[in-house]
Amino acid sequence: MQLESMYQDIILDHYRNPHHRGLRQPYDAEVHHVNPLCGDEVTVRVSLKEVGGEPTVADVSYESLGCSISQASASVMTDLVIGKSVADAMAISQEFLELMKSKGAGEPDEDLLEDAVAFTGVSKYPARIKCALLGWMAWKDATARALEEASS
Amino acid sequence: MIEPTGNRRRGEGAVFDVARIRKDFPILDRQIRGGQPLVYLDSANTSQKPRQVLDAMTDFYERHNANIHRASHQLGEEATEAYEGARIKVGEFIGAADEAEIVFTKNISEAINLVAYSMGNASALGGPARFALGPGDEIVITEMEHHSNIVPWQLLCQRTGATLRWFGVTPDGRLDTSGIGDLITPRTKLVSLVHQSNVLGTINPVRRIADAAHAAGALVLVDAAQSVPHMPVDVAELGADFLGFTGHKMCGPTGIGVLWARRELLEEMPPFLGGGEMIETVWMDRSTFAPPPHKFEAGTMPIAQAVGLGAAIDYLTEIGLDAIRAHELRLIEHTLRVLGEVEGLRLLGPADAADRGSAFSFTVEGVHPHDVSQVLDDRGIAVRAGHHCAWPLHRAFGVQASTRASFYLYNTREEADTLGEGIRLAQRFFADA
Repeated sequence: MQLESMYQDIILDHYRNPHHRGLRQPYDAEVHHVNPLCGDEVTVRVSLKEVGGEPTVADVSYESLGCSISQASASVMTDLVIGKSVADAMAISQEFLELMKSKGAGEPDEDLLEDAVAFTGVSKYPARIKCALLGWMAWKDATARALEEASS
Repeated sequence: MIEPTGNRRRGEGAVFDVARIRKDFPILDRQIRGGQPLVYLDSANTSQKPRQVLDAMTDFYERHNANIHRASHQLGEEATEAYEGARIKVGEFIGAADEAEIVFTKNISEAINLVAYSMGNASALGGPARFALGPGDEIVITEMEHHSNIVPWQLLCQRTGATLRWFGVTPDGRLDTSGIGDLITPRTKLVSLVHQSNVLGTINPVRRIADAAHAAGALVLVDAAQSVPHMPVDVAELGADFLGFTGHKMCGPTGIGVLWARRELLEEMPPFLGGGEMIETVWMDRSTFAPPPHKFEAGTMPIAQAVGLGAAIDYLTEIGLDAIRAHELRLIEHTLRVLGEVEGLRLLGPADAADRGSAFSFTVEGVHPHDVSQVLDDRGIAVRAGHHCAWPLHRAFGVQASTRASFYLYNTREEADTLGEGIRLAQRFFADA
């Protein structure tokens, strides 16, 4: 059985007890993303604030319908980006994207990705990578829109 | 190269020997996910290919390969005979009046799009009237259609101003025909419906709907992608005007599909794709077109794939479609029992074997369909998870996705049992984990 390499305890914990779940006020941008392969969907709200002249992630809230991987990934994502500067959060997001492209061979920076390193096994299964990325892509999109709003 | 059909055995009286059939499919010997035997339950997605089909395609490439209809040499003659021979086999297989009613396409999606775009062209050109659509005209489909029998009609309605309407689905997964009198009216130009649902397995009463459509003056298109591989299908018995299916779901290769249409329709319909081989004469400012079926076969066609489809038809005919259907009916009854015994499993579609095919879509309480299929895959069981290109149907059932196990002539009861065990394993894994 290779199931445990994908469904690490960390992933199942986040799936059962998701962090930061639910849609909250206030927010600067909201997006709705779907995975057209399976119909999984996520709505993500992002709230930004200026800290020391730098845009920072004040809050990320979400509602999602989907498999354990997509649900857990969204939960881990909120842990990793809330409170970070947008630049740092984007760097983490990029690192996670690289990990998902690694076909199981990635050696992730645990200090940077924390619980998200548990998704290394998921990257071996091409059909599941989109599940793991759904929340992250929605967050990136919402953040880009929030920044656009702020600058316009 | 073309076998006389009179000599073909239709499988009557022959014992259906699934062990022997399995030996024809090299891939079924594969071990996957760490040395486990493959349990292939994804034939509604694509079927596996028997040695006979692979050999026919290899033989074509090794001995007869050339372009068709335009090579002035022996290989060209042989290739043309092989390709046109496949057309004859397809025509006989579904009861076509003659082989000119068989248009090869790359798949059934292209077959349906061919009709939709031809109707769009007729609408833009002002006729012929029975294919031309405008505001006030209606196309009727059903809620259980595959996206390939929804989206082309949405696009056609957008282009022409026609209206798209549809039959609903009952809670037990049958077509809801209660509103047929309101749906099929003199405004209806075309009724396009699936013969057997790729999600529910439901076999629809096509003949009854076709008769109502014809009485209203409408044409009828049948999506037979999931029925032609599994049971005897006769276009005249169904009352179809158009019927599409695809090679890769019936033991043939990918890249080859079929549109059958009554000849007089193909003669009247404007072309879809323009290009080589579909013309009669070409000037710089205009062209005239070849008679059907060539009018609809622009460019170099998937020749070896047509030969492979012909070999697949020989293979299925040798075993007998009645025998395959009988085998699947036994599998259906058994699988319904197996799935019925799994607590928390909700079957989408008919729970009895009557008018039902061998695709089973289901949800499992507390475990997402993707996670169910992942656990099954870990045990070597290949199924599909998602909406199976039938998103509106899933919405009608109030589910976001499902897991689908689909069977074919090479599957066994033991594999259905393995599926049941796999689902229970998924339940335990996500309950304990």
